Amino acid sequence: MELSGDDKAMVSTDGEVKEEPLLEVRDLSVTFEAQRGGFIKCVEYVHAVKRVSFQVRKGATIGLVGESGSGKSTIGKAILRLAPIEEGTIHYGGQELTGLADKEFMPFRKRIQTIFQDPYASINPRLTIASIVAEPLIVHVPAMNRKQREEHVADLLEKVDLPADSMNRYPHQFSGGQRQRICIARALSSSPEFIICDECVSALDVSIQAQIVNLLQDIQDELGITYLFIAHDLAVVEHMCDEALVMELGEIVEQGPTDSLYRSPQHPYTQRLLSAVPRMPTIAGAH
Amino acid sequence: MLLDVQDLKVSFHSRDGVNEAVKGISFHLEEGKTLAIVGESGSGKSVTSMALTKLLPPEPQCRVSGKASLDGESLLDLSASEMRAVRGKQIAYIFQEPSTSLNPYYTVGDQIAEAIKFHRKEVSDVWEEVVELLDKVGIREPEKRAVDYPHQMSGGMKQRVMIAIALACQPRILVADEPTTALDVTIEAQIINLLKDLRARLNMSIILITHNFGIVDEFADDIAVMFRGEIVEAGPAESVLSKPQHPYTQALINCIPKLGTKQKRLPVVDYAELEK
Repeated sequence: MELSGDDKAMVSTDGEVKEEPLLEVRDLSVTFEAQRGGFIKCVEYVHAVKRVSFQVRKGATIGLVGESGSGKSTIGKAILRLAPIEEGTIHYGGQELTGLADKEFMPFRKRIQTIFQDPYASINPRLTIASIVAEPLIVHVPAMNRKQREEHVADLLEKVDLPADSMNRYPHQFSGGQRQRICIARALSSSPEFIICDECVSALDVSIQAQIVNLLQDIQDELGITYLFIAHDLAVVEHMCDEALVMELGEIVEQGPTDSLYRSPQHPYTQRLLSAVPRMPTIAGAH
Repeated sequence: MLLDVQDLKVSFHSRDGVNEAVKGISFHLEEGKTLAIVGESGSGKSVTSMALTKLLPPEPQCRVSGKASLDGESLLDLSASEMRAVRGKQIAYIFQEPSTSLNPYYTVGDQIAEAIKFHRKEVSDVWEEVVELLDKVGIREPEKRAVDYPHQMSGGMKQRVMIAIALACQPRILVADEPTTALDVTIEAQIINLLKDLRARLNMSIILITHNFGIVDEFADDIAVMFRGEIVEAGPAESVLSKPQHPYTQALINCIPKLGTKQKRLPVVDYAELEK
């Protein structure tokens, strides 16, 4: 019953708000079933995400922070249908996603791409870089012929600053930072509007992290892509994002523009997170 | 001086050629002090710590040369069985990823007990010691948790168990190889506080291997910055962090986003410049 009320609210705000959000998540809940016990089976339910609502404007970067187990990755997965949605709605570009059949959802897989945390686990070690980056094209842009695909891949590799001869090499020949560049090129290849970055710089060294963060920002400046930036590093989120959501135990406990959120955190959990960050020395006179 | 390393070199030999991972580094560690070895992946920091107790592959795949002495005893000349007495008892390790370092088939209590049985044969009631160790590393209800399997514990608790295993042998040097990299910030703060507390209580020396300058600042007495197998800068933590001399150290500290300082772009490490 509450759901229909929310739906009405959606329609009325659509009329008023000048700029419609690209992504609007309303009252999203995700519940996983976990089987417990060996002999006598019983099912336990894990409420990973509980009635979460937020909006993402086109071209913005929104941060999603929280500890592991807080449900932040689950939200990213739910948007891509990689997690079971129990209730709630996800509107993307005005279209409701949750009710769609798998086939109807396909175009959205082209428009929404993702970059995962571990560049060692998220690319197929047996494919060349060219086939890894071209794969989304084969699925989503079947009209493209082999030659066009090759040109497109070469452009993408140049965009992410990989050497031109990487096309026919394999993932193991690249470092962690370069692999993350490969993942970014793959995410960009279907020309998406929205990229979910799930802890995509957490596994990298600080020096490589800085390069990848800059690359993501350059790409956004050039292509106007919207990011959902999931991370547990609060300093990186402050640097990257206009707005941030703080999650604890499946719920959003605080949200707002990063400036005010970091300056005066209201919720005790946000305060605790911020105070746990080791203070960094600032070099006087260097740079 | 507890540990003194002089001109340590490690190279890996394979069909593709020779990879000099550590190119002649020297450092020393005093009793009860903490030395942080900071650098990127591939800079040779973990290899350095593993070379001390011969945890690297044998010759001819891997060659280690130079001098490393613990209390005047030369570590690199020890035989395999003599080395076993050093490992754990003198130098113990905590690794980055607690979930892969623990055996999923044994309870955490059994895994702590194994270390006690092997290194401290004089202990009569091993289980009592296990419970005491779990208590010492801040695990609540240690009697109950000792019979848990690793998968029943969170990442932070597993790392505490790893620390308990390392402490089981009452080592003089604890090598913490990226002990908090896989953990959340709040858990990281807890683990660092625990290590600080243990260092004070047990008068241990710690070698902290990390790429996180934040925890170095809170924790280390001395810093050695490694870049491509060499120590490019070393000294007391405060002076290295506040007035880094080497361009690599400066670049590495600069490229970390800092809370409360909004920059348009992050400065990056200019490797081409450093090569010169």
